[in-house]
Amino acid sequence: MIIADKKPIEEIIEEIKDYNKILILGCNECVTVCEAGGKKEEEILASALRMYFLNKGREVKIDEVTLERQCDHEYLEEIRDVVDQYDSIVSLACGVGVQFTAEQYHSTPIYPGVNTCFLGATEKRGLWTERCQACGQCVLARTGGICPISRCAKRILNGPCGGSTKGKCEINKEIDCAWQLIIDRLKALGRIDEYEKLFPLKDWSTDRAGGPRKVVREDLQI
Amino acid sequence: MRLQYPANIKIIRVPCTGKVDIMYILRAFEKGADGIYLVGCMEGECHFKNGNLRARKRVEEAQKILNTIGIGGERAQMYNLSSAEGTLFAQIAVEMTERIRKIGPNPIKLAKKKIAA
Repeated sequence: MIIADKKPIEEIIEEIKDYNKILILGCNECVTVCEAGGKKEEEILASALRMYFLNKGREVKIDEVTLERQCDHEYLEEIRDVVDQYDSIVSLACGVGVQFTAEQYHSTPIYPGVNTCFLGATEKRGLWTERCQACGQCVLARTGGICPISRCAKRILNGPCGGSTKGKCEINKEIDCAWQLIIDRLKALGRIDEYEKLFPLKDWSTDRAGGPRKVVREDLQI
Repeated sequence: MRLQYPANIKIIRVPCTGKVDIMYILRAFEKGADGIYLVGCMEGECHFKNGNLRARKRVEEAQKILNTIGIGGERAQMYNLSSAEGTLFAQIAVEMTERIRKIGPNPIKLAKKKIAA
């Protein structure tokens, strides 16, 4: 899922302090799971903002809505009838949701309420780690299910590099060397001979190197 | 025991302090409470393993938010005691009341009154 982290409230206040009718728009998907922008976080932010403005002697209208997703037209339509009542929206969705909301509602300024971080997994409550960089050409079949693109600091395809020490990466002793993990995994699977095969040059045009990307599925389009 | 403690404290019973969300704390202040405190079981003795530890973290988080918005984080506190410590419960009630008296009333309550007037 997409992992996001909460933006400091003071940063959000700085952006929206001049508005009088604010809609806090939560998202019920990834940001709910990583406890950054779901219904609960939206309620907390709305309550904190209401109190902040009251404390400044201003009665600012702050309402809350949680959409199932902000990255789909259907769900964004749910606020079509009420959006004109507000002079700004704080979206607690990931960067995709914020942008999609902004595209749908041109005349209302949208502000992000979270920092979108990466594609990752919940290791335990309160700890999320990166697992995918959406390079567009998955290599996991050859690496025992461990991604060298997202988990190796250098994104190398024929590792490890000389900076791997006792299974850890040279950039940070707390980070596992992805290639050490791959070798250990291939050994455990009895596939270590595959490690000997060199990876060919990777086509990075499907990664960010090729500019903004899109997936076109003509079989699904009418 | 028939212990006395300040009458201005309203007790809200929850199954475990782990039930108390940051939102509950903020809502209390939004509704005009001058202070809140959670009284949980002793650390390490939670019937639900770590409800009281979660509660402490949430109080700390609520304190940060209250400080940021100018309400004052010290208005929210977490205490731990066992169910056999009635005397301590009364002491904490007195301590908390005095703490809040010193800080003064909740500015949100005053602001709401001012706007309504």
